[in-house]
Amino acid sequence: MISTPLLHLAYLVAAVLFIMGLRQLCSPRTAPKGNATSALGMLIAVAATLLAFEIIQPVDLLLGVGAGILIGGVLAWRIQMTAMPQLVALFNGLGGAASALVVLAELTRPKATPLESSSLVAAGVGILIGNITLMGSLMAFGKLQGVIPTGAIRSRILPWLNLMLLLACLGFTGALVGAPDSMVIMLTLVGLSLVLGVTGVMSIGGADMPVMIAFLNALSGLAASATGFALHNEVLIVAGSLVGASGIILTNIMCKGMNRSLGNVMFAGVGVADGSGGALAAPGGGTVKQASPEEAALMLVESELVIVVPGYGLAVAQAQHAVRQLADELEKKGVEVVYAIHPVAGRMPGHMNVLLAEADVDYEKLKDLDEANPLFPQADTVLVIGANDVVNPVARTDTSSPIYGMPILDADKAASCLVLKRSMRPGFSGIENPLYSSDRTMMVFGDAKDTLLELIAQVKQN
Amino acid sequence: MTVELVGFLMVFVLAVFVGFEIITRVPPTLHTPLMSGSNAISGITIVGAIVVVAAGYTGAARWLGVVALAMATINVVGGYVVTQRMLNMFTTRKKSRRRGRS
Repeated sequence: MISTPLLHLAYLVAAVLFIMGLRQLCSPRTAPKGNATSALGMLIAVAATLLAFEIIQPVDLLLGVGAGILIGGVLAWRIQMTAMPQLVALFNGLGGAASALVVLAELTRPKATPLESSSLVAAGVGILIGNITLMGSLMAFGKLQGVIPTGAIRSRILPWLNLMLLLACLGFTGALVGAPDSMVIMLTLVGLSLVLGVTGVMSIGGADMPVMIAFLNALSGLAASATGFALHNEVLIVAGSLVGASGIILTNIMCKGMNRSLGNVMFAGVGVADGSGGALAAPGGGTVKQASPEEAALMLVESELVIVVPGYGLAVAQAQHAVRQLADELEKKGVEVVYAIHPVAGRMPGHMNVLLAEADVDYEKLKDLDEANPLFPQADTVLVIGANDVVNPVARTDTSSPIYGMPILDADKAASCLVLKRSMRPGFSGIENPLYSSDRTMMVFGDAKDTLLELIAQVKQN
Repeated sequence: MTVELVGFLMVFVLAVFVGFEIITRVPPTLHTPLMSGSNAISGITIVGAIVVVAAGYTGAARWLGVVALAMATINVVGGYVVTQRMLNMFTTRKKSRRRGRS
């Protein structure tokens, strides 16, 4: 047993370690140490808590922790890197749910003195944010896993419904203060906030997923903070607010990558296909030129600089190893290969970077938007793999386009462009891409990985 | 409003500012590990779950606590492990470059 001041000192140490860990996570050199530092903080917080409180129910404790270690460990070890967005969404959701459940346990436990009003408000907010995080993350998980249709659902009523649900939840939080023992109020709040989690994320399409995942990350932190206020536990407050702040920063970076505000992402519902597409006809009557793998390989081999633009299609086809092999073969022939990574390429912040790192691509070769765009006019060939909106020139020119103003990679400024794509179907946003019908662009249809393997074989022969 | 509550509010607000200050100029390469690493930190709610479960309540509070503890543990353990796995991919490359079938 340790005394109460000692417990709070341990929490202080844990908070400092979290802060140091997060700081170190911001630089590639120190990042692995940063993760270990933050894990040490967590270990200290947990150990101190176990030592400070009288453990009346050790079996339950072992049951919960054991199940958690088993499930969490297996998931984390076995997950494929391409499925990382789903896993991050799932962990987010579980964190939010755990916060809400802790609050509910605190409310329903037998107590000698009733909870203070401030604790009750925090409890209501904890349930609200925790449940939104849970259901929002499960929706995101379902969309990423392909269980739930990935398109955005646009409805004029939905934003108003969400607003009303939110106000109702806040109202019931207020009611909870007046009647802390009312099961009806508590369960209504639980139910409404779960529904809000679903309807809130329903309107968000696949391409907006990076923003959503970063935002849910922030919410899972804020849920922990609210729980800390309800339980009067400062380490929950500190750790939760740190995560909330970092999540909000990431959300902001993602929003800038699309030149949209968070409100716009949440409520505008871009991603409703307008019914066009499917045929090989491009807008303006231009036709699309197709290249065979032989022609495509020749274009690549004869280039001096090739810029690879990866997108979500690369992850879907699990083609990250194939693309590195192709780059290796090209480099053997004296071709320089770099990768241009758009901030919102893929389905979560940094998605493409993780995939290419898994395939052992040197991160010096990964160029962000600002580094890559000056390189495009010098590039002989741009190889677009499963990316669409992030190279769509209408974002620069067409003020009526939903993606107008979004910073894009200037693939259309290169001497030639090869686009590997499954079909002519427009991307998740459902917006036609004039890059495909440009004179300088050749399309290679098929599964990205199969096409890349063919290209590798052809390049080897050249 | 008690002095204790004001103290907690102060801790909260200051920690938010610290959070904004330390997460500056994250290279895009680290966006995913930063997110999953900070996600593991949000599993701090495990501490709350331990307090609830250890107290040995009966009825609803007991099972709510156990489920919360399991979920928070998944969040913490899974979050740290998967983050470390990702970060190892970024760093081991220089030391032992796996040459593919080339």
